Amino acid sequence: MLINNKLKTFIAATLLTGAISASARADDDEDHRPFAKNKVWQSECGECHVAYPPGMLPAASWRVLMSGLNKHFGSDASLDKATVREISDFLEKNAGRRRHESPPLLRITETRWFIHEHDEIAERTWKNPRIKSPANCAACHPGAESGNFNEHNIRIPK
Amino acid sequence: MLNKIYVSVLFSSLIATALPAMAQAPEEILADITHEARTGNPAFKGFSASQGEIFFKVKHGGEWACVSCHTDKPATPGKHAKTGKLIQPLAPAANPERFTNPAKVAKWFKRNCNDVLGRVCTAQEKGDVMSYLLTVKN
Repeated sequence: MLINNKLKTFIAATLLTGAISASARADDDEDHRPFAKNKVWQSECGECHVAYPPGMLPAASWRVLMSGLNKHFGSDASLDKATVREISDFLEKNAGRRRHESPPLLRITETRWFIHEHDEIAERTWKNPRIKSPANCAACHPGAESGNFNEHNIRIPK
Repeated sequence: MLNKIYVSVLFSSLIATALPAMAQAPEEILADITHEARTGNPAFKGFSASQGEIFFKVKHGGEWACVSCHTDKPATPGKHAKTGKLIQPLAPAANPERFTNPAKVAKWFKRNCNDVLGRVCTAQEKGDVMSYLLTVKN
């Protein structure tokens, strides 16, 4: 009987823990923070570059991009199927909803939105070796790694 | 009976909790590559750190060598040749996390061999490079 009670308590505790972590996960999916996050996306995409926020490209672009990771802008960035599926689901679910070009653009830096946001940046600024490429968000947006692209935090290296 | 169920449920939860943190020593990963090398080549004579060092430092027909990102001092941080992103040191002496996760090792050998050689690496090549990296001191 004692064991029976212990077992019941254990199962109840296990279920409760599961419920708490499930509800925390559901919360994370909501867009009340700068942008939605996902651990696998952050660690895998963030290994070679800033993990670009899902809202920066439409779902159609992410779909094409994630189906060609073995040839990812000149590098092999292939992942196992399960990881590709998780990241793709996350990106498409939280993708941008602006009006988009067809065929889908794969480079964020070529979207009308990006070009407009950066239209005051001089050509020679982009060429600064400390910036190197418009894809290097963190060069001027120190909070890029954590998703903070706030205009007030921009620091353009001299 | 219930006691048994209780113990087995508890045990499974413990295993599930411990799984993500389960790591191997670089020597264990090298042992797996040794096994792969022996299976593929009956004349296999072991790995060579000096061959691995040459392999690591020269280009193999493509634009990049291993050192393009990892530098020729693998105990120091490197930089992604294209994006400029910081890469933590590759030598286990400087970065104990290196070569401790078999899935990660397989993932990066696949990607990087493809980028540097345009093909998968042989077990001999992987073992030579790993042997070299294990000899690199801080």
